[in-house]
Amino acid sequence: MQRLTQALDFQAQALTLRAERQRLIASNIANADTPGYQAREMDFASALAQATSKSGGQGGQAGVGAAHDAFDSTPLGLGEQTNLIYARHSQDSIDRNTVDLDRERASFADNGVKYEATLRFINNSVRSMLDAMKSPNQG
Amino acid sequence: MSMLKIFDVSGSAVSAQTQRLNVVASNLANADTVAGRDGKAYKARQVVFQTLMMGEQTSAGVQVSNVVEDNSPGRKVLDPKHPAADEQGYVTYSNVSPIDEMVNMISASRSYQNNVEVMNTAKSLLMKTLQMGQS
Repeated sequence: MQRLTQALDFQAQALTLRAERQRLIASNIANADTPGYQAREMDFASALAQATSKSGGQGGQAGVGAAHDAFDSTPLGLGEQTNLIYARHSQDSIDRNTVDLDRERASFADNGVKYEATLRFINNSVRSMLDAMKSPNQG
Repeated sequence: MSMLKIFDVSGSAVSAQTQRLNVVASNLANADTVAGRDGKAYKARQVVFQTLMMGEQTSAGVQVSNVVEDNSPGRKVLDPKHPAADEQGYVTYSNVSPIDEMVNMISASRSYQNNVEVMNTAKSLLMKTLQMGQS
C-alpha cells in the first residue's frame, strides 16, 4: 500500500504548501494599505524539502507490517518552525508598508497555476493507479 | 482546508476597504457643508488600518482600528450675504479636500478589486480541489 501512496505523498505535501503560500500572498494583498505592515514570503524550495524529509524519512522500504506505522499522522504543510522570510522591498513608502502589489499579484497568479498543475499531477497518478488495478477485460 | 482561510483574510480586507469608501463618501458629501451656529464645520475623516492576525502566522487580515478626524482649520470664504457668515463676513466650510478624497476613493476601489480577484481565484482553485480524483 505504501508503494502506491508514496508517489502521492510528495504531491500532497506540495499541494498543501502551495495552498499555504496562496494564503500568505492573499494576506499580503489584503494588507497592501496597512501602515507598517511587512510583506512576507515563503521560501518554497526549502519548505518543501523540509516537509518531504519529515514525512518520507521513516522506512522508505517498509514491509507490510510497518506500513501501518508509517501511515500515521505526519502533518502536512508548514511545521511549527517557520520558513517565512520578510520580502525584499523595492521602494520605500512613507507608511513603512513593504507590500509590492504588482509582485504579489504576479506571485498569486503564478502560485495559482502551480497549484493547479500539482492538482493535475495528483489526478493523473490516481488515474494511472486505477487503470493498473483494472482487469484487462474490463475495457 | 487551509485555502478556506483566504476568504476570511480577503473578506476582512474587502470590508475594511468598504469602510474606507464609506468614509470617503461621507467626506465628499460634506465637502460643501458650512459651519453651524457653534462655528464648528464638518471635519474630514480617515480610517486607520491595522493588521489582524487570524490564528496561523500565514494569515493576516485587516481591520479598521480607528477613525480619526482631520483637525486642520476649515476653508474660509468671504461672503457677507451668506446667512451663516460671521461678524467679519466669512463663511467657514468643512476642511474636506475633494482631490485627496478622489485619490483615496480610487485607491480604495483598486484594493477592493484586488481582493475580490483573490477570492475568485481561491474559489476556482477550491472547486478544482473538490473534484480531485474524479474525472
